[in-house]
Parts: sequence; C-alpha cells; structure tokens
Amino acid sequence: MTAAVEIAGITKRFGEVVAVDNIDLQIDDGEFFAMLGPSGCGKTTTLRMIAGLEFPTEGSLKIFGNEVGTLPPNKRPVNTVFQNYALFPHMSVRDNVSFGLRMQGTTKSEANRRAGELIELVQLTGLESRKPGQLSGGQQQRVALARALVNKPKVLLLDEPLGALDLKLRQEMQNELKSLQRELGVSFVFVTHDQEEALTMSDRIAVMDKGKLLQVGTAEELYERPLNRFVADFIGQTNLLDATVADDDMIVLGNGTKIKAPNPHSPGTKVAMSLRPEAIEIGRRGDVPADHVATSLNGVVSAMNYLGHSLVYQVKIDWIDLEVRTDPVASEDRLGPGDDVSIWWDRTADWVVPDE
Amino acid sequence: MSGVITPRGASRTLLSINSLLVFLFFYAPIILLIIFSFSDNRNVGVWGGFTLDWYGEFADSQPTRKALWNSIQIAVASTIVSVVLGTLGALALERFTFRGKQVFDALLYLPIIIPDVTMAVMMLLFFAELAGVLGLSKGFATITLSHIAFSISFVSVVVRARIAGMDERLEEAAMDLYASRWQAFRYVTLPLIMPGILGGGLLALTLSLDDVVITQFVAGPGWTTLPVFVFGLIRKGVTPLINAVSVVMLLASMALVALSLFVQRVRTTDSA
Repeated sequence: MTAAVEIAGITKRFGEVVAVDNIDLQIDDGEFFAMLGPSGCGKTTTLRMIAGLEFPTEGSLKIFGNEVGTLPPNKRPVNTVFQNYALFPHMSVRDNVSFGLRMQGTTKSEANRRAGELIELVQLTGLESRKPGQLSGGQQQRVALARALVNKPKVLLLDEPLGALDLKLRQEMQNELKSLQRELGVSFVFVTHDQEEALTMSDRIAVMDKGKLLQVGTAEELYERPLNRFVADFIGQTNLLDATVADDDMIVLGNGTKIKAPNPHSPGTKVAMSLRPEAIEIGRRGDVPADHVATSLNGVVSAMNYLGHSLVYQVKIDWIDLEVRTDPVASEDRLGPGDDVSIWWDRTADWVVPDE
Repeated sequence: MSGVITPRGASRTLLSINSLLVFLFFYAPIILLIIFSFSDNRNVGVWGGFTLDWYGEFADSQPTRKALWNSIQIAVASTIVSVVLGTLGALALERFTFRGKQVFDALLYLPIIIPDVTMAVMMLLFFAELAGVLGLSKGFATITLSHIAFSISFVSVVVRARIAGMDERLEEAAMDLYASRWQAFRYVTLPLIMPGILGGGLLALTLSLDDVVITQFVAGPGWTTLPVFVFGLIRKGVTPLINAVSVVMLLASMALVALSLFVQRVRTTDSA
C-alpha cells in the first residue's frame, strides 16, 4: 500500500536556523497521526511542508506516491485546519466552507449544496449566513473543519486545532475529531504540544525535539519503550536516574550504587533509567522480596499524598527525589514522612535509555 | 464603556462652554462664507440682500468652469494612478522581502515630510530640465504627475496600516483551499484591505483638489485648477464669486466624505 505521506531525508533551514533536521517519516492511509513536541521543535514546519506552505531545503516529500516537494499548496490534495482557524472574516459560514470548491471551478449551486452537507456534518445547520466573528470558538473550529473537509482531501492537516478551546470543549472536540476521522477514513495529521491529547487521539505519534524526529510509535510503544531520555520524560510522568553502563546487565547510578538492568548499550555509555511512578513498589526498609534485591534502593519518605484512587509518595534516595504511586491502602498500613523505606521494581519494568 | 464619567456642577458648565467655543471656532467661518455667498453686494462681507447671482456667474463663467473641470480631471486621474501604485508599494513592503527594502520604505514617505514649497520647486526643476526629453508641456500632465508623486505616499501609509492588521495566514488558507496567488489576492486580500484603499483614495482625491502650492508651480498658461484660480481671483479683487466657488468646493468635499462613510458603512454591515 502506498503511504499517504512519505517524507525522506527532509531538512528545512531558515537562514542559519535548522528548523527540521533530516527526518524520515511515513504516514499511512487512514491513520490518525500526531506530531508531538515542545514549541519550536519543528512539528509545525513539517506540517507546513506537507501543506506546501513551506518548501523543504533538502529531501523528498511524497503524497500518495507523487513527489510534491515544491508544488504550491493549491496543487496538493491536502487541506489544513489552521491554528486559530484563519477563517475569512468577510465571508459567511457558507462562503467560507464553499471557498475551496469555488476555487476549483465547481458551480456555485453545487458548491453551496456540498457546503450545506458539510455544515450539517459539523452540526452548524442554521448558522450558514453568520460571519465568523459572530460564532463561538467551538463553532469557528467546526467551520474550519468543514471548510477543509468539503474538498475531500486525501490527507487532512491540523495545526494545534484545539489549542484555543477551553478544557471541556477540547475534550468534547477530541472525541468528535476521532469519530469524524474514523467515519471518513482519511488520514489526519495532527500537530500538538499536548502529550495527553496526542495519546488520547492518535494511532501513532511522532515525537520531535529541536528539529529532530526522536521516535515514532503507538502511544503504548512510546510510553513502555521510549528510545531516549527526551521521549521517556516527555510522554507521561517518570523518574529519571542518571547512570553509566557497567555491562549488558548492570548500570552504575550517579552515587555509585550498582543496579541490575539489562541493556543493549556498550560499557561506559551515559544513560538514564526511567522509572514510572506506578511501576515502583514500596515497603518498609528490608521488606524487599529476595528476587528484587538487585533492583532496589533504600530511601526515606519525605511526603505522602492521598489522591483517592492512589497514594503518591515522595521518596528521598540519597541524591534524588523519586515519585512512587501505589494503590490506596488502609490508613494504618500507609507509610508516613520520615519512615525508612525500600523501593524495588521488576527487571522487566526498567528502561535504560541513552542520555540525550 | 465603563470608564465614562458624567460631569457635574461647574465642570459640566465649563465643558459645555468649551465645546460651544470649539464648534463656533470650527463652523462660524463656514456659516459666514455660506451666508455671504448669497449677498447681493460686490464687497465681500457687506450684506446687500439675497441673491443667487454669484452662483449664476460661477455657472456662466467660462474660466471658472474650465478650472473646475480641470480640477476634477486631475483629481480623478492622479487618484487612480496613486491608489494603484500606492497599494502595490504597500503590498510589496508588507508582504515581500527584497534587496533595498528599508531604503525604499524610508524614501516612500519622503513626500509627506518635505515642505510643499520644496516639493513644488523640485517638480518645477524636474519638468524644466526634462521638458525636452519627456515632451511634456506644462499643464494637465505636469500637474497630474506632481499630484501622483505626493499622493502615493499618503495612499501607501493608509493601505499599509490595513495590510499590517490583516492575518497573513488568511492568504495561506486561501491557497491551501486551491486559490492561485491571484485568486487569493482577489477574493481574500483585496476585500479585506478595501476600506484602506478607499480611505487612501479619498485622501488622494482631497489632496489633489486642495493643492495650491505645488500646482501653481507646475501649472502652465491656460491650465489652472479651481483652488489656484480662486487664489488668482483674490489678487484681482475679492468678490462674493469667491464665496460661491468656495461653497461649491465645500459641498463637494462634504459629499465625498459622506459618500466614503456611506460606502464603508455598507461594507461593514455587509460583513458584520
């Protein structure tokens, strides 16, 4: 099957600044794909290159097998939902939605008919004659969606489409976008800096930082098997312990403690061990099960918070504070500040990632 | 607005007097002008009963009518050209980067800063030196060119402000929606900056109709505009004919302003 979008060795420079640094990426047909990263990581520039609003400095960009590297945006079978929507303020909702069709030479009546269908799809029937300025943020978002989708794009690009909405509306729109995508079967490529949003909505996620593509995978892959420190830190919550590789089954933590940790790295490599708060067990000092001694550390509880569905401990381990999350237990079994404790974890649950 | 305070007591009285004085200052001369344009006395400012003779004389007077017609022709021609060039300049400065952009930016506004007299001398010298080369005789061409020269700056200032306030991504959105560059300009940019273009055009029209200094320098024999003609009449001796001419010019300006307000109003209610 031909990939919806195929990016090979794409680099984008703005003068001296490298916005996107030699990335390879394949987005499948019918996929909900997120590009995730902090602001300035190059995710929006990548999206704009797919849209044709920027041209790559180097590399190849194909949409359904056709090279589109330097084609202008109006010659590409993709449409964009812009950040803050960029609706035409001087046109009615109907004219906004039918704009793409009219530009392609569709007759006015046919364009209006199809615009009407899309307006119905996004549940804005009755507001056709309004101007964007007379609509709420959520309604504007729907117009932007309809305006892009009316052209039946092969790929829909969305640039932080939910960024301007308040939390409740955002969650509502997340579900709507997801079901809309399933219904239409079109690839959605979605740019966001909100990891929760990316995890909730996407089939696959590309994590970017400083112009580089760090990892592409499902939410589960990124969470369970991060390829490097940045991904481990950016996706979900984690405790990162700096360490050096001793051999393929042992790492040395910053304070000299040796920990069993199977890893593929060569001895001497600087690494970080990522311990998810919910993957750590906690008990009184010395309660470590015999088979977990090599993957345990001693510490002192510095704080305990009861969150209803879980207990969160802050544990001071010599040189670092770790967060540990457990199921709630009866109050007499809880540990309190000042208690000497041990923490341990399964060997399968440790993640040793390159420190980059 | 929440910050509005209703004045009371002495401040209220003083404010009322102030506004009264301001209005008097503005409008008393205009009212006097209008009244005395109907005065049946050869001396300006001496009331001699009601008459429409001066308007009749204005309508009958061949030189006055010719000057008026000249003014209109020059104003329309120079406005059209300067609106097109000024808008293009504004677009170039706001939307594109090119070599020498900053210099162009600074030079474009020079005519606004230069005193009228300097500009007039410059234009006169320019036409005198190049008369042979360009084949221009002083008259319609020289006046129109001079008016274009200073109007472009004003038009581009007004249009630029409007473009600067416009979201650039609207053009990107248009092109993403299959509009060519031209279509994006025609259906998105142009309608959105139209109020600026109309405003700039109106300014150019008014400036052209008003100008005395520059026009006087570059006008040729037998080619004069209405303001320059009026200025000439004053030197020959003032008659209420000047009042009548002035009233006509005043009404024309007011009509223009009203028209522009009306057009913008229609546009905004249309787009609101």
